[in-house]
Amino acid sequence: MASAEKDPISGIYTTGHEWDGIKELNTPMPRWWVYVFWACIIWSIGYWVVYPTWPTTTGFTPGIWHYSSREELEKELVNQKAARSQWLSKIDAASVEEIENDKALRNYALAGGRIAFGENCAACHGTGGVGTPGAYPNLADDVWLWGGTLADIQQTITHGVRNDDPDSRNSVMPSFGEDGLLTAEQIKQVADYVASVSHKTPAAGSPGEAIFAENCVVCHGEGAVGNKDVGAPPLNTLVRTFTKPTSEGVAGQVTKPKMGSMPSWGRRLDKATIKELAIYVHSLGGGQ
Amino acid sequence: MSSNIDATAYNEDVIKKFALAAVFWGVIGFLAGDYIAWELAFPALNLDLEWTTFGRLRPVHTSAVIFAFGGNVLFATSLYIVQRTCRAALFGGSALGNFIFFNYNLFIVLAALSYVLGYSQGQEYAEPEWALDLYLTVIWVAYMIAFIGTIIKRTEPHIYVANWFFMAFMLTVAMLHIGNNIAVPVSFTTLKSYNVFSGVQNAMVQWWYGHNAVGFFLTAGFLGIMYYFVPKRAGRPVYSYRLSIIHFWSLIFLYIWAGPHHLHYTALPDWAQTLGMTFSVMLWMPSWGGMINGLMTLSGAWDKLRTDPVMRFLVTSVAFYGMSTFEGPMMAIKAVNSLSHYTDWTIGHVHSGALGWVAFVSFGALYYLIPKLWGRQEVYSLRLVGVHFWIATIGILLYITSMWISGIMQGLMWRAYDQLGFLQYSFIETVAAMHPYYVLRATGGVFFVAGSLVMVYNIYRTIKGDVATDESYAAVSKSAV
Repeated sequence: MASAEKDPISGIYTTGHEWDGIKELNTPMPRWWVYVFWACIIWSIGYWVVYPTWPTTTGFTPGIWHYSSREELEKELVNQKAARSQWLSKIDAASVEEIENDKALRNYALAGGRIAFGENCAACHGTGGVGTPGAYPNLADDVWLWGGTLADIQQTITHGVRNDDPDSRNSVMPSFGEDGLLTAEQIKQVADYVASVSHKTPAAGSPGEAIFAENCVVCHGEGAVGNKDVGAPPLNTLVRTFTKPTSEGVAGQVTKPKMGSMPSWGRRLDKATIKELAIYVHSLGGGQ
Repeated sequence: MSSNIDATAYNEDVIKKFALAAVFWGVIGFLAGDYIAWELAFPALNLDLEWTTFGRLRPVHTSAVIFAFGGNVLFATSLYIVQRTCRAALFGGSALGNFIFFNYNLFIVLAALSYVLGYSQGQEYAEPEWALDLYLTVIWVAYMIAFIGTIIKRTEPHIYVANWFFMAFMLTVAMLHIGNNIAVPVSFTTLKSYNVFSGVQNAMVQWWYGHNAVGFFLTAGFLGIMYYFVPKRAGRPVYSYRLSIIHFWSLIFLYIWAGPHHLHYTALPDWAQTLGMTFSVMLWMPSWGGMINGLMTLSGAWDKLRTDPVMRFLVTSVAFYGMSTFEGPMMAIKAVNSLSHYTDWTIGHVHSGALGWVAFVSFGALYYLIPKLWGRQEVYSLRLVGVHFWIATIGILLYITSMWISGIMQGLMWRAYDQLGFLQYSFIETVAAMHPYYVLRATGGVFFVAGSLVMVYNIYRTIKGDVATDESYAAVSKSAV
């Protein structure tokens, strides 16, 4: 075994051990390192005295401050509620129409509605309510499926669409093609007609017009203006959620329609938040 | 004392295999990581296929870099170092060594396949299901037998510090692996299982495992690597034997308590959070003991940083180690954690440790080891080692700075309230704000992958026996032998 020797560069002796040519110096530990280590230990012990730390057979040492993160959270929530209560009590007491007509209250509702929309609605309807083409309706235009008044919007948000809430918006468009209610030829004719209506050049007297009157008017209305009571979209416009306003697009929808659904938000959000959301969505561009 | 074992008696064939596997898995793991980084910036890259979604590819990345790359580096270096520093041939010989090599790498392939097919325990860094866990346990025991067997039959009177770290690493990883994988299979014909712990107990055991996987796999194990290759390459004695003893024992004693800092402000009881936080703070100096010993070993040889790019990898890795082990305790402090938790800052922190420390010390070790194993005087081109170093360093800096910015921004956006008491930003807005940083981070990853490909080329030419002719490093090559 090699014996301790002085390292010529540092002037420190080695320990006398050697492994595969590696030796070790016997340098003392750096003082600052030892001091900082002790400081961290002492700080930790101080922290243990103050905060809950060590488990015991019956619980844990609570610390002299008796801190509890759960209590702290509850306190913060109470404070937060109290800070908002002045506004929230007014929102609770007012109808959506009253909120809309009170400038200060409306501004508050818009601020709350914007963030609630971002957290709950934007995943489908997009930030700013621009919708997802082919899947979820645009809320920033003036076409509405289930109505664009404040009360309509509040109702739709509270109970949702086509879900198991007994008050949810509900309707089913028949699968005219799939279920053989119309022949392929008839579908083509009615689709041509609807596309012409959408482009504001209705093909008056066409065979499609007669088929439309017989099968579609009951929901989509005279002149294809739509009917918000059954969620039937207006077809006298180029705006569509699921398809394009072309003959092919309409034919697909008539053959086997796509229909949307939406959760019942009244089960998840409080009434004030839903009112704020209604005010916000109404403000996006197409409120009636 | 004269050497009573001939160098040819060391078992180095299996070390060669581990070293090559490490290089291979490194490239795979870095590529997988960069691909999912691009997926985060441009989600369409998941191709709308279940097998290539972020959720399935992420564990492929983490397992490939930690267990496949890191694991093979650890096997290669630990089994090389233990033979040399004990002056004893590998216990169990080629048979045991090859058993470990083939089964460990088969385990990696099977684990990656299982993730892609949708099998996961849902526990970070412990994704493999029960059957694979049992398989790994057998392999790990074989590894411990080979390593500790070699130590027992050593002809050196003392056990070198690198081997203390390796033993702490393998013993603790065995304990963690078993503790966190006590699961009941749904049936013996399916891979699906349920952990015996549930709820917050499960979370606590998982982060006891998860944090100490970092602490013992990626820290203790790689400190073992540092303690051999830094003094070897610098040609200097280890700075302080006393520091190595104190920081070794304090590190392994304190590390094991620090896991709860991953669960601040959750359902975990306050007392456990306090313990996790304070033990993390106390861990700062024990971690830095390794950095001091690594850096100060260079006193008298600092000029090598200028002339020897392999040394540059090793020293920079120790510097990144020091930075990460300061950042870690700081992020464990609850006040800091309330901002950093769940943000990209954590991802940046992990990668400053993983890329800067673990990968760099591994590159340094491989550039030293591979010429030695194949009987070459030096790598094919030290200039290319320098190229690798700079490309990879730029990659790391892009990665961690973009994650610092995006992480802190994310944390601040989440907690921003307007004057009416409403959140200022919805979650979706914070996601949109991350986009430019995700692109920057993924670009950093491209640099890092490119660097590793330079390494592959350099190692290929080294093994082939080529020597670059335009070397201005001739002097280094001679002195480093």
